Amino acid sequence: MRRTAPILQRIDWITIGLVVTFMALGILNIASSTSGAESVEWFDINSKVGKQFIWVFIALVIAAVTLIIEGEFFIRTTVIHYVVNIVLLIAVLLIGKTVGGAKSWFGIGSISLQPSEFAKTGTALMLAWLLSRSDGKIRNTKTLVQSVLIVCIPAALIMLQPDAGTVLVYGGLIFAFYREGLSGNVLIAVFCALLLLIATILTGAASYDYPLLGVQSSIGWLWLILLSLGSIIWRLIPGWVVPRNRKRVRKATLISFAMALAFSAGVHSSLEGMLKTHQKERIYVLFGMDVGNPDADYNIRHAKAAVSSGGWTGKGFLQGPMTAYGFVPEQETDFIFCTIGEEWGFLGSTVAIALYTMLLLRILVLAERQRSDFTRIYGYAVASILFMHFLINVGMVLGLAPVIGIPLPFLSAGGSSLVGFTLLVAILLRLDAERSYVLR
Amino acid sequence: MNLKERQWIIGAIFLLIAFIFIGRLAQLQIFSSDLQDYAARLTQEREVLDPARGLMFDRNGELILDNKAGYDILFTPRLCQLAGGMDTLALAKLIDLSPREIHKAIRRAITYATYRPSSIRKQMPASEYAAIAGELWRFPGIQSRRRSIRTNESGLASHLLGEYREVDRDDIESNLGYRLGDYKGKSGLELQWESELKGSRGVKFHLVDVRNDYRQSAQKGALDSMPKPGEDLTLTLNMQLQAYGEKIMQGKRGSIVAIEPQSGEVLAVVSAPSYGTDLLTGRMRGTHYDSLLRDPNKPLFNRTMRATYRPGSIFKMIQGLIALDQGLISSQTRIPCNRSVIGCHGGHTNDNLEDAIIHSCNPYFHEVMRRMIQPRTASNIFAEARDGLSSWTTAIQRFGLGTDLGGNFPGLRSGSVPDTTLYDKLYGRKRWAYSTIYSISIGEGELLTTPLHMANLAATLANRGEFRTPHVIQSVGSNGKPVGTDSLIQTGIPPELFEPIINAMNAVTESSEGTAPLARVPGIKVCGKTGTVQDSKGNHSVFIAFAPADNPKIALSVYVENAGAGGDWAAPIASLMMEKYLMGDVQQTDKELRVIRATYPFANAIK
Repeated sequence: MRRTAPILQRIDWITIGLVVTFMALGILNIASSTSGAESVEWFDINSKVGKQFIWVFIALVIAAVTLIIEGEFFIRTTVIHYVVNIVLLIAVLLIGKTVGGAKSWFGIGSISLQPSEFAKTGTALMLAWLLSRSDGKIRNTKTLVQSVLIVCIPAALIMLQPDAGTVLVYGGLIFAFYREGLSGNVLIAVFCALLLLIATILTGAASYDYPLLGVQSSIGWLWLILLSLGSIIWRLIPGWVVPRNRKRVRKATLISFAMALAFSAGVHSSLEGMLKTHQKERIYVLFGMDVGNPDADYNIRHAKAAVSSGGWTGKGFLQGPMTAYGFVPEQETDFIFCTIGEEWGFLGSTVAIALYTMLLLRILVLAERQRSDFTRIYGYAVASILFMHFLINVGMVLGLAPVIGIPLPFLSAGGSSLVGFTLLVAILLRLDAERSYVLR
Repeated sequence: MNLKERQWIIGAIFLLIAFIFIGRLAQLQIFSSDLQDYAARLTQEREVLDPARGLMFDRNGELILDNKAGYDILFTPRLCQLAGGMDTLALAKLIDLSPREIHKAIRRAITYATYRPSSIRKQMPASEYAAIAGELWRFPGIQSRRRSIRTNESGLASHLLGEYREVDRDDIESNLGYRLGDYKGKSGLELQWESELKGSRGVKFHLVDVRNDYRQSAQKGALDSMPKPGEDLTLTLNMQLQAYGEKIMQGKRGSIVAIEPQSGEVLAVVSAPSYGTDLLTGRMRGTHYDSLLRDPNKPLFNRTMRATYRPGSIFKMIQGLIALDQGLISSQTRIPCNRSVIGCHGGHTNDNLEDAIIHSCNPYFHEVMRRMIQPRTASNIFAEARDGLSSWTTAIQRFGLGTDLGGNFPGLRSGSVPDTTLYDKLYGRKRWAYSTIYSISIGEGELLTTPLHMANLAATLANRGEFRTPHVIQSVGSNGKPVGTDSLIQTGIPPELFEPIINAMNAVTESSEGTAPLARVPGIKVCGKTGTVQDSKGNHSVFIAFAPADNPKIALSVYVENAGAGGDWAAPIASLMMEKYLMGDVQQTDKELRVIRATYPFANAIK
C-alpha cells in the first residue's frame, strides 16, 4: 500500500531543518540574553532558557504527533478547530488574566497560555477549507465576504484584548487572498495606503498656511494630494489612451482622490483620537519626531544601539552587555533579534535573515507543489502569517516599524507561540507529505 | 495574469523585505558609530583607581606624613528613593553631622546626580567608621568608600609640609586632570612636589547593567591600567631636632632654622607659634582655619621664610669680610670709636676687627663701609657713592642675601639688599651719598633678610666662604637629590680672611666680654653672633651660630620676636638646639627649663 510508505521519507526535511535551527538559535540567544553574561543555567527549570528547553521538547512532541495523524483528520475537523479557537478567544476575554494591559492569557498553574497564538492555525485552516470548497473562488463576492469574515471574527476578538500586533498579523493573509485571485489593485491600494499613512504622520505634525482656504491646516494635505494623484495616474495612463475608457478613468480618478483624502483624514483623526499616548509616541518616534518625552524612544533607541554595537562580527556568544544587562526591554521575547545583532554582528544577522527568508520561500514552494487546493491555500496562509511576524518583529528591532509586541517565530521565548507555530508548520508538512496520493 | 504566476510576486516581496533588512543592518552595524558609542557609554563605566600618595620621611627614615585609612560616606539619591526614603536625622546623628549639614549634603548630592554616589561626609577616620559601619545598612542609598587620609601625627613642621586638601574651582579648571572631590597639595612641600607625590591614576572599565551596577570587567581587562603610587619624599629634616625646636619655641613668636653647613641640608625649620597639620584636613578645617587666621600671633605665618627682619649687628661680620677682601682694612686695623657719627655702647675706644665684632662697635663699621662706598677720591661724591654701592651690593649678594638662595623654597622671600636703583628711586639720581645711606653699614636701614637667609649666612661663615644652596629634599623616590638643588656657591673671599671673624664669633660666646655667654654648650666650641632688631613692640632677640668651630656640623639662626637682646633668649635657644643635635641629649636642664617657661609677652630680659 502506498499509504503505508514511511512518513519519514515523505516529509520535507528542509523545512524541519530550518525550524529546528531556529529553535536552537532561540535557545542560545535566550540563554545569552537572560544569563547576565556570566554563567548559563541551561537546565535550571526556573530559568528562562530551561523553560524554553521544555517548550521546545513539548513542541517537538506535538510536531511528531501531528506528523503521524493523517491530514484528512485536520481537514475534517477544521470547523471544530476554528470554533474551539473562537470560543477560547471569547473565554480569554472573560476569564483571562491581564498581563501588560492586555487580557490575552489563560493562567493554568504556573504556566500561561495565549489562545491567540493557536487561533492563527485555526483561521488558516478555516480559510483554506472555505476557499477550497467554493468554485467561484475569491472572485465570487459571497465567498470573499465569507472569507473576510473568517479572518475578521478572531481578529476582532483579539482586538478586544487588545493586542494590535496579532491583529496586524491577520492582515498578512492578504497574500493568501491575492494568490487565490484577489485583485492586484488591492495590494497596490494597500501599498498606497501605507505610503499615505507615512506621509500623513510625517507631515501631520507640521502646520501650514493653506493657500486657498487661508487657514492653519496640515501641510500633509498638499503631500497627500500629490501622492495619491501620482499613484492613480501611474495606474490609469494605459486606460486614458483609449478614448472610450476616458469617462471610466475620470470616475476612478475622482473616487481614488476622494478615498485618499478620506483615508488620510481618517488616519489623522484616529491617530489623534483612538490611539493611546504611548502608541502615538511609538509611531512618532519611529519617524524621529520629538514627542516631548525623552523616554518615548527608550526601547527603540536601545534596541538599535544593541544591534549596532555588534558591528561586523558581533561580540560573541554571551558577550553582549546591552541585551544581557537589561538595557534592551523584553530581550528574550519580542526583542530577541537584538541579541543576534549584538552577539553575532552583521554577518550573523544577515545569515539569520537569509535563513528566515529561505524558510518563507520554501513554504511557498511547498504550497505551489500541491495538487490539493486546501493544502496550497493553507500553505500560503502559513507563509503569510510567518512573514508578518518576521516583518513586524525584525522591522521593530531595526527601527523600521513601530514597537509592536509580537514574537519572532521559533526564536522568541514563550511556550504558546512556539507550540502554535510548530503546529501551524507541522500540519502543513503532514499535508505536504500526502500530496502525491491525495486528491482533494 | 495566471494566478500561479502570482507566487513570483509574493516571493519577490519576501525577498525585497529581506534585502531592506540586510541594508538596514549594514547601516546600523557598519556605518553607525554614534549608536555604537552610545551603546558603549551605556554599558561601560570607567572607574578611576586613585594611587597611594607618596609619603614623607625625615633624614633618618622616620615617617612624617602618612596615609591613614579613612572612609567617605556616600549617598545615592535614586537608591534611597527606590527604597522609600530614610530617616535622615538618625543618619545625621550616626555620622556626626548637624541636621542642617545633612540636608545641605543631600540636596547637593541630588543636584550632582541622582543615580551616582556622592559623598556626604568626607574623610571619616577609620576608628570612627568602625563604630558605625554596622549600622549603615539601615539607610538605603548609603555606602562607604575607603579613602586615605593624610596625617601628620606629630604635628611638626606644618608650615614646611603644607596643606593637602580638596581641590577648588581653579584647580578643576587648570586642565591638570583634577576633578571635583579630588585632593591635592595646596601649599608647602605638598604643593611643590605635587606631581611627584600624587602618582598616576589607574582606570578600570566595568560592564554595568541597567541599574549601573558593576557586573564584570570590560574586554577582560584589556583597557584597564593599574594606579602608579606617588614617589616618597625623604626630607633632610631631623625630626628629633625639629620636635625639640618646636618644644622649646612654644609660647613664643619666632623661628629656628638649622642647616648642616657642609651639605646645605636643612635640619630643622621651626616657625612659632605653629599648628598641627591635621587641624587643616578633614571637615573641621573651616572652623580651625578661621580661628588660626584670627589669632593675633599669626600661627599660619611661616616665619622661617616669609618674615623679613633687619639683620642688625650680625651684618657687621659681612661688612668686615668684604673690607678685608678689598684690602681696605687688615685684621689688625684699628678704628677709633667715634660716637659723634653714630651711637655705640660699651667701654671700648679703638678696636681692631675682632674686637669690633665682639663689642659690636657701630663707628668701626660706619668707617669700614665709608671706605668701600665713599673713599673720597673722586670729585663728585654722588657718583662715587653710586659706584661704591653697586660693587658693595654685588659682594653682599654673594652671601645669598637678597636672593632666592637657589630657588629650592618657592615660598621664600628674597629680602632686600639695597642697590643703586632703590636709592635712585627713594632719593633721586645723584641726590644721595654715603651720608644718606650709612645706616645700612650696621645692618639697619633698607636691609631685610629672612631667618633662612641668616641660617645660610651662619653656614657660609662655618664653611669659610662658600655654601651649598639650602634644600630640604634628600631624595625623591629612589632618585636621590633633584638635580641642581645643592649647587656650591662661592663668596669669592679667601678662607684665611674668615679667621678673625670666627675668632670673634667664638669670643662672643666664650670670652667674658662676649654678648652671648648663654650660647655656650659644655664641651663644644661654639661660634655665634647676637643681633638685636629694633621693633616698636620690643626688640627682637636674634642669634646666629655654628658648632663645633673647627668642624662645623650645624649652623643656625634663631629669632624670638619682642624678647629683648639677642643674648638673652635667642642665644640659649641656639645653645640647646646645638646640644640636642651634637650630643643627642640636653644636659643643660636649667637653661632648658628657663627657655620653655618663657612665654610672650616677655618680662624684662633677665640674665
